Amino acid sequence: MPGWSLDDLAYWDAKIRAQVDALGLDCYPQEFELCNHSDMLAYMAYSGIPSHYPHWSYGKAFEKLKTLYEYGLSGLPYEMVINSNPALAYLMRDNSLCLQVLTIAHVYGHNDFFKNNFTFKSTRAEFTIGTFKAHAERVRAYTEDPSIGADKVENILDAAHALSLQRRRNLAVKKLSPEEERQEMLRNAQAAHDPFKSIHRRPDYVEPDLQKAPLSPEPDILLFIRDHNPYLANWERDLLTVVDEEARYFIPQIETKIMNEGWASWVHREILNAIELPQDLHLEFLVRHNQVVRPTPGGINPYHLGLKIWTDLKRRFDEPTPEEIREHGTPAKTGMQKLLEVRETDRDQSFLRRFLTEELMREMDLFEYEPKGDDLVISKVADEQGWRAVKEQLIRSVGMGGIPVIRIEDADFGHKRTLYLMHDHDGRDLQLENGEKTLGYVYRLWGREVVLETVLAGKRTLLTFNDRGFSAKTLK
Amino acid sequence: MVDTIFRPFRSSEAERSDRSAGDRLRHRQKIRESIRENIADIIAEESIIGKSRDRVIKVPIRGIREYRFVYGDNTPGVGQGDGDSQPGQVVGKNGQEGEGQGEDKAGDRPGVDYYETDVTLEELIDIMFEDLDLPDLERKALRQLEAPRSSKRRGYRQVGIRIRLDKHRTVKSRIKRRFAAERRRRAADEANPIDAARDAALEAATGAAALAAPGDAEAADEDGIHATPAQPARRFPFHVDDLVYRHVTTQMRRESNAVVICIMDTSGSMDTMKKYLARSFFFLLYQFICTKYRSVEIVFISHHTEANEVSEDEFFHKGESGGTFISSGYQKALDIVAERYHPSLWNVYAFHCSDGDNFDSDNTAALRAAHELADICNLFGYGEIKPLGSRYYESSMLNIFRRLDADNFQTVLIERKEDIWPSFKAFLAKDKQQD
Repeated sequence: MPGWSLDDLAYWDAKIRAQVDALGLDCYPQEFELCNHSDMLAYMAYSGIPSHYPHWSYGKAFEKLKTLYEYGLSGLPYEMVINSNPALAYLMRDNSLCLQVLTIAHVYGHNDFFKNNFTFKSTRAEFTIGTFKAHAERVRAYTEDPSIGADKVENILDAAHALSLQRRRNLAVKKLSPEEERQEMLRNAQAAHDPFKSIHRRPDYVEPDLQKAPLSPEPDILLFIRDHNPYLANWERDLLTVVDEEARYFIPQIETKIMNEGWASWVHREILNAIELPQDLHLEFLVRHNQVVRPTPGGINPYHLGLKIWTDLKRRFDEPTPEEIREHGTPAKTGMQKLLEVRETDRDQSFLRRFLTEELMREMDLFEYEPKGDDLVISKVADEQGWRAVKEQLIRSVGMGGIPVIRIEDADFGHKRTLYLMHDHDGRDLQLENGEKTLGYVYRLWGREVVLETVLAGKRTLLTFNDRGFSAKTLK
Repeated sequence: MVDTIFRPFRSSEAERSDRSAGDRLRHRQKIRESIRENIADIIAEESIIGKSRDRVIKVPIRGIREYRFVYGDNTPGVGQGDGDSQPGQVVGKNGQEGEGQGEDKAGDRPGVDYYETDVTLEELIDIMFEDLDLPDLERKALRQLEAPRSSKRRGYRQVGIRIRLDKHRTVKSRIKRRFAAERRRRAADEANPIDAARDAALEAATGAAALAAPGDAEAADEDGIHATPAQPARRFPFHVDDLVYRHVTTQMRRESNAVVICIMDTSGSMDTMKKYLARSFFFLLYQFICTKYRSVEIVFISHHTEANEVSEDEFFHKGESGGTFISSGYQKALDIVAERYHPSLWNVYAFHCSDGDNFDSDNTAALRAAHELADICNLFGYGEIKPLGSRYYESSMLNIFRRLDADNFQTVLIERKEDIWPSFKAFLAKDKQQD
């Protein structure tokens, strides 16, 4: 063990916690577990959940991580934190004391973020570990059931995993019950209140189609199939539920990657600068910190981007420039108050939209690239004309923005129980091979023909998967 | 103030609970399946022909991909430059983004899961031949010779590898040890009554607790320990001495021998492509026979109007010209078998590759020689190599050989390299289907 003991960790932890309180952070109780590098690889492969249900894809993830690590192509993370109450974090026992101190401080940043950010409100952190365990037990029970078996379970899980992110994104928006939705449709069918109705023609009443399923386009593909395919066995439905619940747990982390990593980096920097590290530790800290938050050439490092924005946001409230005062007036809050408020109310897309300024973008030299033939070519840079477009492009691609929006339009298309899906095309085409295979998974779960309407190379296209396999047809 | 707990590292636990083992195993199985499905492509790669079995080859396989709906190639993205990015600058290759950039990249592109797996040729051949078996031929004497028995049980031992653990015997020896320990304890109690009284008091106390949980008491009964009814079920873990392993020795079997006779038409009409196809086929045949026999000899015969035994190198590389008497090749094979590989001691496999362009007057002789060869061979095959399109303007021996009626004679038609594996499979599987 490299020159430190658990007592050392407890000593520094007490100092760090004093700073956590001084900053006004609000954390769950924290548990740290020391592990070795192969445990860490396993935790990473299982997204930090040690009791996750078995699936070959985690074996694949593990092999890949291990290979990359053994060939020195990637390092290991210093830490892994689980959004649960109490928060669970793993520390690598082979790390130096400085890294442990840095990591502990960083973990409190994540812990505070998990507890306070609004996107995590739906994750029920106090049940995290228990829920994942219960899921694993159910999946194992089906695997061991002689009438089901591992192959059938895998068959459903493969398909469900492919679709797990095809779901409504903003968990803070309430999902209407079927009855509420019906009421809503009837209400919408009524003519709106018109103060000049004496001179307007009364609009014709169009009867809403309440027989349709779904009533309005449905983004939750897994849940819809679970509830509307009568031929699924109970255990198949249950597996869809399991996969859906886990996706719901992980989506907030996808949606707040930049904020969360930036916040934890900001927190660890503040704390480590405040706790008066001995000089050698402090120098090592500077090196490590820099390794984590340095920009990735050609890409986006969420640690770097997030930290930049948090730092800038605090400065704008604590030490605004004369122009900023002219433009926005004197700040009504301290920088810290503002940070605590933002870490609660935003997610990556709104965070970037609100706080990524033109100056910051120019300083970081952000650019937009486009594919041209075999190359990726810079199309716009963050100058006066380009910065808005670059920013829009960035916002579009972060969080769940990288997942195409696909909704179920009709579950009984052509009265043949064909599932009609619609891709909400925003200029980005679907990748066809993935589209074909994923549509095959939808077909497997739905059990009848599945059609996906999308746009490929500017033309409306229908992708179909039925008992004859996959076909693509261009519409006029 | 929040609570913090530090849990120390527990190495024993970490080693015991390797969660990912099962999932890794399943992933490997899937990779193996994928190699098997793509075996025709892999076989068609020239590089593996004629290489040593230990050689590691890189098999490109489509990784076991996890598909999702993702954006395609026309998707723009955002990156960070080093300070002086200008429009028009090339920053990367299309379609390669996403992979290798790791988590740091704002995952806006699909990664290309394109694996190369290292497989030894040996392993690859195992995978290839998993489904295949030698045709079951009516050769009783030979079958006795090759009776495969590589390992035999030879009693039990206390050391061994995990899969040979005999669970039944292990449990039994634990129970024995447990009874012995009980007896020892009771003897000690009698010798030392004060301790015994204390133990009894303890037992009474814990026994009361055990009564509160009747399941425990029952479990103790099921274990077959009736020594004292009030006694709680104590933990009595397995000890390393309890473990019993089956001991297996490798038994030397009698050498079973095989000879593969490769006969190739090297007349002027056999061009490089045809030779390459023939060679691929012979390679497979040779490798396959090698998996079945301990020692395999190989004989190369090239023929045009007359036949010669040649070296492997000559066989595959020497160009010849002239007309074709197929019978000459067969006659040479018969001679060699008679001379060196008597069928009562050797399993003989002969295979002939030709483009089927025989000299007409030789056909009767060829058919007769083929008959003779079929009589002495375990398996005799004829592969006609007709690169696509050439079938229509050349004569074919397939029609002639249709008249040869022998169970151990097979013909295949190879038109392109992708055909080699399927036709090879058909060649060896045919017999099995007849059963």
